[in-house]
Amino acid sequence: MSSGTADARAADLPVASSAAVIHPGWVRVTHWINVIAMFVMITSGWRIYDASPLFGFIFPPAITIGDGLDGLSGALLWHFAAMWLFVVNGAIYVTLGIVSGRFRRKLLPIRPAEVVRDLRAALSGRLSHDDLSVYNSVQRLLYLGVIVAGVVVVLSGVSIWKPVQFQELAAVFGGYAVARYVHFFAMAAIVAFLLVHITLAVLVPRSLRAMIIGR
Amino acid sequence: MRKIRKAIPGVDTGLLIKDAAKLLPDPSRRLFLRAATSLGAITFLTGCDIVDQDTAGKALMAISRFNDRVQALLFNPNKLAPTYPESAITRPFPFNAYYYEDDAPEVEGETYMLEVGGLVENKKSWTLEELYALPQEKQITRHICIEGWSAIGSWTGTPLRDFLKRVGADLTAKYVWFQCAEGYSNTIDMPTALHPQSQMTFRFDNEILPRKYGFPMKIRIPTKLGFKNPKHVIGMHVTNQNLGGYWEDRGYNWFSGS
Repeated sequence: MSSGTADARAADLPVASSAAVIHPGWVRVTHWINVIAMFVMITSGWRIYDASPLFGFIFPPAITIGDGLDGLSGALLWHFAAMWLFVVNGAIYVTLGIVSGRFRRKLLPIRPAEVVRDLRAALSGRLSHDDLSVYNSVQRLLYLGVIVAGVVVVLSGVSIWKPVQFQELAAVFGGYAVARYVHFFAMAAIVAFLLVHITLAVLVPRSLRAMIIGR
Repeated sequence: MRKIRKAIPGVDTGLLIKDAAKLLPDPSRRLFLRAATSLGAITFLTGCDIVDQDTAGKALMAISRFNDRVQALLFNPNKLAPTYPESAITRPFPFNAYYYEDDAPEVEGETYMLEVGGLVENKKSWTLEELYALPQEKQITRHICIEGWSAIGSWTGTPLRDFLKRVGADLTAKYVWFQCAEGYSNTIDMPTALHPQSQMTFRFDNEILPRKYGFPMKIRIPTKLGFKNPKHVIGMHVTNQNLGGYWEDRGYNWFSGS
């Protein structure tokens, strides 16, 4: 049980034993489908970015996908194919997360004071991962944050894809040209999350096992 | 500079391919050139090509065709692209093509004829003088390139749908195909051709359309990406057959609506 969050949530938790299911099947299935979808979306998106960079750098082509005739057509084909996987899978995940109460149970509440405390503990290596079924405040913030970034990346992406048909949505992001930047920064937020997320999964291998076999 | 009056003759396709390849990163350039050499002129004429050569490519193309249908459903014939004030116009407006600016086709205005064919009642060809006499409208809209960049420009010309009605086009036909002086081409869906902002453009920023922007006539379609806005148009055919297009045949999504 992580030290700071135990008392607040002990009541609504299943007994934390090695036999208890930490991640139900739908979480694991949507998680791994999302891994594939995200990989394709991000790496093809980088190649598309390279065709007309927003900033003074490009992504090395070696870490992008989509070798078409001109280097762009292939990336676009991948991006606009994987978007269906990403959106449909993401919609299922978010819907089930809300309907099942998992989001509310696992990700809320997030209190700033607890985030600060847990972040300090994490950085000094004193944050416990004994109970993988309970997220500490930093995890809650990051998991909720990446869901929000996922929603923003989709909505800004739709604005870039259909700036005439969905011009009202594009206007929310400041119009086509600004929506490109929003799309970029939402991607950057997701990639930053992934760096932390993958690093910690490697440092706490039990968490990886739980996402594969559920416990 | 060579003068191009008719379609493909006079264009060195080899040079064209080399020019396009100059814009590519090394590995893709090699791939492109190899493919181009092996398939030769066929790549210019067929709708299926290099992207189709493997299973993943075929699956991706199938999804791209699915995306065409989704976009056709999303397309609202009454939804107008946002318009902007004069002050928003991007100056200088970027030149963009698969050739360098110096290599832009040079079409003679005096001898220019727009060929109108396919499912139309009146197949007469139009001189530039006759085209200029048509009622004209101006639009200031955003041109969006498939690469991501965009620019706001001012285009003046006659609404394409008025012209199609004038020549007695079969408006129930599925497509309109455009042919360009140097061999570029596009096929668009009829609903987009009939969109109120789809325009046969003769002027850019109130001046006669300069060579770099498609003299003497381009097709301005603010509901589609830039590459679906053909320049130096010399032929227009109403058809029920999707004849593809230059970039569409190279893997770009066909509908490419905005």
